[in-house]
Amino acid sequence: MDTTTRPQYDNGVVQYLTVGAVVFLVLGTLMGTYAAAELAWPVLNFDIPEITFARLRVVHTNTVVYAFGGMTLMATAYYTVQRTNGTRLWSNGLAWVTSILFTVGLLGVVITLALGMTTSKEYHEQIWPLAIAIAVVWTLYTLNFIMTIASRDKEAYPSVYVSNWFFMGMMIAITYLYVVNGLAIPVSIFQSYSLFSGVQDAMIQWWWGHNAVGFFLTAGFLGIMYYFVPKQAQRPIYSYRLSVIHFWALMFGYVWLGAHHLQYTALPDWTGSLGAIISLAMIIPSWGGALNGMLTLSGAWDRLRTDYILRFLIISLAFYAMSTFEGPVMAAKTVNALSHYTDWTIGHVHAGALGWVAMVSIGAIYHMIMKLWKTEMYSMKLINTHFWLATIGTVFYIVAMWVSGIMQGLMWRAYDDYGTLAYTFTESVAEMHPFYAMRTVGGFLFFTGACIMLYNVIMTLRMANAKQKAGSLAQA
Amino acid sequence: MSENQKPKNIQEKLERSIFGLFLATALTVSLAGIVEIVPLFYLQGAVDYTQKTDKYGNVKNDKFPELVWERTFTMKDGKLVSDKALYKQNKHGQWVTADWKAGDGVRPYTPLELAGRDLYIREGCMICHSQMIRPFRDERERYGHFSLATESMYDHPMLWGSKRTGPDLARLGGKYSNDWHILHLMHPQQVVPESVMPSYPWLAETPVSEDFFGTKRDMSKRLSVMRTLGVPYTDEEIENANKAIEGKTEMDAMVAYLQVLGTMVKLDDSKSYRE
Repeated sequence: MDTTTRPQYDNGVVQYLTVGAVVFLVLGTLMGTYAAAELAWPVLNFDIPEITFARLRVVHTNTVVYAFGGMTLMATAYYTVQRTNGTRLWSNGLAWVTSILFTVGLLGVVITLALGMTTSKEYHEQIWPLAIAIAVVWTLYTLNFIMTIASRDKEAYPSVYVSNWFFMGMMIAITYLYVVNGLAIPVSIFQSYSLFSGVQDAMIQWWWGHNAVGFFLTAGFLGIMYYFVPKQAQRPIYSYRLSVIHFWALMFGYVWLGAHHLQYTALPDWTGSLGAIISLAMIIPSWGGALNGMLTLSGAWDRLRTDYILRFLIISLAFYAMSTFEGPVMAAKTVNALSHYTDWTIGHVHAGALGWVAMVSIGAIYHMIMKLWKTEMYSMKLINTHFWLATIGTVFYIVAMWVSGIMQGLMWRAYDDYGTLAYTFTESVAEMHPFYAMRTVGGFLFFTGACIMLYNVIMTLRMANAKQKAGSLAQA
Repeated sequence: MSENQKPKNIQEKLERSIFGLFLATALTVSLAGIVEIVPLFYLQGAVDYTQKTDKYGNVKNDKFPELVWERTFTMKDGKLVSDKALYKQNKHGQWVTADWKAGDGVRPYTPLELAGRDLYIREGCMICHSQMIRPFRDERERYGHFSLATESMYDHPMLWGSKRTGPDLARLGGKYSNDWHILHLMHPQQVVPESVMPSYPWLAETPVSEDFFGTKRDMSKRLSVMRTLGVPYTDEEIENANKAIEGKTEMDAMVAYLQVLGTMVKLDDSKSYRE
């Protein structure tokens, strides 16, 4: 054995989280597809409270963002922190406890939300007992991560690698914002009233809400990007300097953006404008980061033809660049006047969530599965199939939402020759039907891809286990 | 080699000390909140600001007195009382609003309305309906006067929403009859054939005094928590809160809430409420 020359890592907990993430990806996209279908064909609500659109939508977002996204973030953070610092986890036992509690907590969230127990705060719907539990679990995760870095061999690994900065930034900001936005007084075990009201509550809610996107779904996944893109491409990251700028600009800038969700509302005008201006400025570091990832491939572009996992990672950066351009455009006041309250927002979120977050996660998960079980994938061809289903599904989804969103915005503000409103609200709803159906198809394609991934992963693990068994039998 | 290992600048120093990096990052992410959020609690002139003048819940709006329902609170025999009552039992045994009429200004919700608001949250109505009208001509004609900050000053949490899959509801109150709302909540497509809204038949079957798993929905507790948060209720109003929802269904509560939306303030069209 080569234990003396190469440090061994704690892989068990990463294996658990990786497979868990794939399972939640399948469940979360299934719920999303069904919720999309309910908007196209409302009869699918079946008068069952637990699956009515408004409840299922929140169950869907919590499953994909926190269960799938959260487990991916935990898996990749535990995986990369060991490898970039040349050490095992500070506490493998704590990592297991954290991961199991996180899974149980998220199942609790899904069940309570389906039952209608919610705070109403977007991306912070978890009722107070679960919110406290999640905050504690998150702190344990952060502690383990930081202490693992602190316990590295400082001679061999003097500088902390850039992927770790992004993970840490994500952990800090999420803890801080989640706790402040969650401040409330319980009225029963199931419900609480927010400490803040009206204008202040709105600002604090979106200060958190945008950073559930900005930190949880961006900074954390950039940590994934900064480790897995260079690894999979087998080349160093394009520019260290660019990653320093990317990191600090993101840490400083993202937290301001929440106010752009509240333009033209009762919030003082300057807050929305400030949010919009900083949103615009954020294009620069975001594109810098996207280029940093993509240019890592310069001189090796041909590998995209053969390496399907690399395809996932690189297309995710294309979607990252696309949605970090779209976001600031939508934050600009004149565009926001049209786009706010419409499906365009939903399309934008999914360009980021499906195109960027899910794609980069999927790439990282395939990579980790092969490393953790020391095996090839059961079928590389199926990874390619998954890639095309995911890409086409995402494009279907966002195109449908662009058309329906802009159409809504234009219909609501249209006037006829007599100076009266040209359309009733109901007419705009009726016009949405084909696009809601198209969105369902896009979601279904993405979901099918996730199912293929799960199948591929299960077959790979069976293959790896069989090989291991055969190996140990031969030894005996 | 050892020369090379010396950090050359702050960035390199931070990269070598995880706790230094931790602190620097924590500081950086805190800046925005300090600039954007903290002033909202103090900047009184920025919006149609309604000031809470004391801990009992007395309020004052110098610029636009019509926005908020003013009543005077005092302590009497260790209990908080007021010169005006929010709600009372009428001679038919019905619990109705007392000294407040529609248009008198923003006031706390009655127990039935607050219960309805909790149900609005439970069913996730805010996922598809906003309660925040923006200052545009088309929104004015479709929904009414743009929303003001004072109008949600007692909303813990606010329910402005972020999506209009259905129309805005900020000024829904009084536009349709109670019967219309009940029929619409039971069978949306019978009233609006193109609607994509789900039906909510269970609201009519469940008494509003019941919370999840048949536990009691304690409105006294809820009103008193609201008072802790700065929403003024007298002691008597808190004590009577459970009686005020007796015999009502969830449907009654939901309709009561929907019918009060936007009716509290009568905005003066000759005034400019925002610069």
